[in-house]
Amino acid sequence: MRVDKSEYLIMGAFLLLAGSAFFLPNWLVYLLALALAKALVVQGVVMLMRAGLVSFGQGLYFCIGGYAVGMGGVFLGISDALLLILMGLGCSVILAMVLGLLLTRYREIFFAMLTLAFSMILYGLLVRSHGLGSTDGFNVIRWSILGWTPARGQVGITILWMTLAFGLVIALFLNRYFRSGIGLACEAIRENEVRVEYMGVSRQRVLYINYVIACSIGAIGGSLSALVAGHVDPEMAYWAMSGEFVFIALLGGTGHVAAPFIAAVIFALVRTYAVEHVPNAWQMILGITLLLIILFLPKGIWSLFTRKRRTV
Amino acid sequence: MPNFDAILIDGLIYASWLFLVAAGLTVIYGVMRILNMAHGSFYALGAYTAASMLGWYYAGGSDSSVLLAFLLLIGCAVLVGLVAGLLIERGLLRFMYGRDEILMLIVTYATLLILEDVIKLVWGVNPYFAFQPYVALGRMDLGVLTVARYDLMLVGLAALVGGGLWYWLERTKTGKILRSIIHDREVSAAMGVNVKLMFTITFIVGASLGALAGAFTAPAISVVPGIGIEVIIIAFAVVVIGGLGSISGALVGALIVGLTRAAAVHTVPHLELFIIYAVMAAVLLVRPHGLFGQPVARKI
Repeated sequence: MRVDKSEYLIMGAFLLLAGSAFFLPNWLVYLLALALAKALVVQGVVMLMRAGLVSFGQGLYFCIGGYAVGMGGVFLGISDALLLILMGLGCSVILAMVLGLLLTRYREIFFAMLTLAFSMILYGLLVRSHGLGSTDGFNVIRWSILGWTPARGQVGITILWMTLAFGLVIALFLNRYFRSGIGLACEAIRENEVRVEYMGVSRQRVLYINYVIACSIGAIGGSLSALVAGHVDPEMAYWAMSGEFVFIALLGGTGHVAAPFIAAVIFALVRTYAVEHVPNAWQMILGITLLLIILFLPKGIWSLFTRKRRTV
Repeated sequence: MPNFDAILIDGLIYASWLFLVAAGLTVIYGVMRILNMAHGSFYALGAYTAASMLGWYYAGGSDSSVLLAFLLLIGCAVLVGLVAGLLIERGLLRFMYGRDEILMLIVTYATLLILEDVIKLVWGVNPYFAFQPYVALGRMDLGVLTVARYDLMLVGLAALVGGGLWYWLERTKTGKILRSIIHDREVSAAMGVNVKLMFTITFIVGASLGALAGAFTAPAISVVPGIGIEVIIIAFAVVVIGGLGSISGALVGALIVGLTRAAAVHTVPHLELFIIYAVMAAVLLVRPHGLFGQPVARKI
């Protein structure tokens, strides 16, 4: 397989981040790891958006991935991070395969409302589960990776590398996926689904596969977030969290696989400063940015790069 | 053994509150096809304005009557609806008409985020209390339960709002025009209906209804930041169950959610939140356009 230019760029950027981790302050390592983990969930939202669907419930898989890590550690005594992530992935794939059958029949606000309802169902269950710490959630136990337990000072950098590794694999996969038959069919469905059917492609099947992959990636993001934060709580499934994912997806745009990563890091950086300096205006900044994007940059900040290239 | 009378009374009170919250949302969707997330902010704005006004009113003197307080609450709601509704419809939404419904959802989501912080900047983050009307009405013994008279009054208010909306849409000229817009926006415009004006009116009415729900809830709760965000999703559940854009649907949705929640609270309390969204998902799965909604032919 020929490796294209953006794949070299992605690999270069991830390696650069991995290398620079030695020189970054602890808080920045933590912020980057969390932002990149969340960016994986956003990738899922973007995948659905490319098919014309907006999910206000991707927090469902984010939460399942996170709780699988937390519960696997606390109740099953599993401490291997990869195994825990695999568990979250397994649970999410099974759930997505069931819900996908139902959800692929819905479009527009009905899809948004139904995804929202499913994630709120989980939220409703979790906030009342005393064994799982109700609204407070619980802490993730100390984890190891392939038999090696990172020392206290190494946890941050280890998890950042792990997130980068997962992120790189997923980014490379998605870069190919978006140009594969199914990836292109998704965009065709957004434009005109009836014509897609005329061409002999089953839109149901395309949307189903797309949904399951999007949710699996979301679950990996959730698991990684739980490992980074060391804590899980029901807010992960709350609709405001899913709204945040939609926000980051729109901020980045659907133009390129790198866009959600960049948008998630910008989002996390701006939030860190905004919460520190103007804590009561953070959501206002979000809202105004969102309106500006919808009005002036409907393809997200990624369109800034492509536009520039065209004028040169 | 669950007490059915208690479930019925609790459920009815909760359903009335739900209907008050959801009525404005369904009116706006019905006419304008905008699923308005900012409705939660109208609710919160109404609650904050009411709490401040009641605080000012009761600080005034000893001859404060409850009836005047209620008139004040209605005044607050109309004021919030006029100011916020007009600003948002004229200043923002009108530039977006004709875009996808899902995009409008995101636009109103942005509006919700902005208004949340506007509220924090104006009223601060400390809770507001305005319990005087709630206390003044006292409690009443209904056999199985002692309930606050204020809560019972909400049932009356919900009936009033429901009746008022029905009369407005079915028996007045404006209502007839609105129904023609619901039926076909373009043909009504061709027949000389001022669709823009009607949209503005609808949005103000919807916003006022949201603010009214907030204003009348304020005495029963502590008004804190974030109440709008909590309320909007439950309002979504109600209108989705009944059918988006249908007043009678909102009524049925409110009753279903209210009664199931009350039943859950009295029998399996830890399923209280779960059950609401489970019903919402179930209705969406069986009848995506709600129990009373009319499926529209998809335009390709």
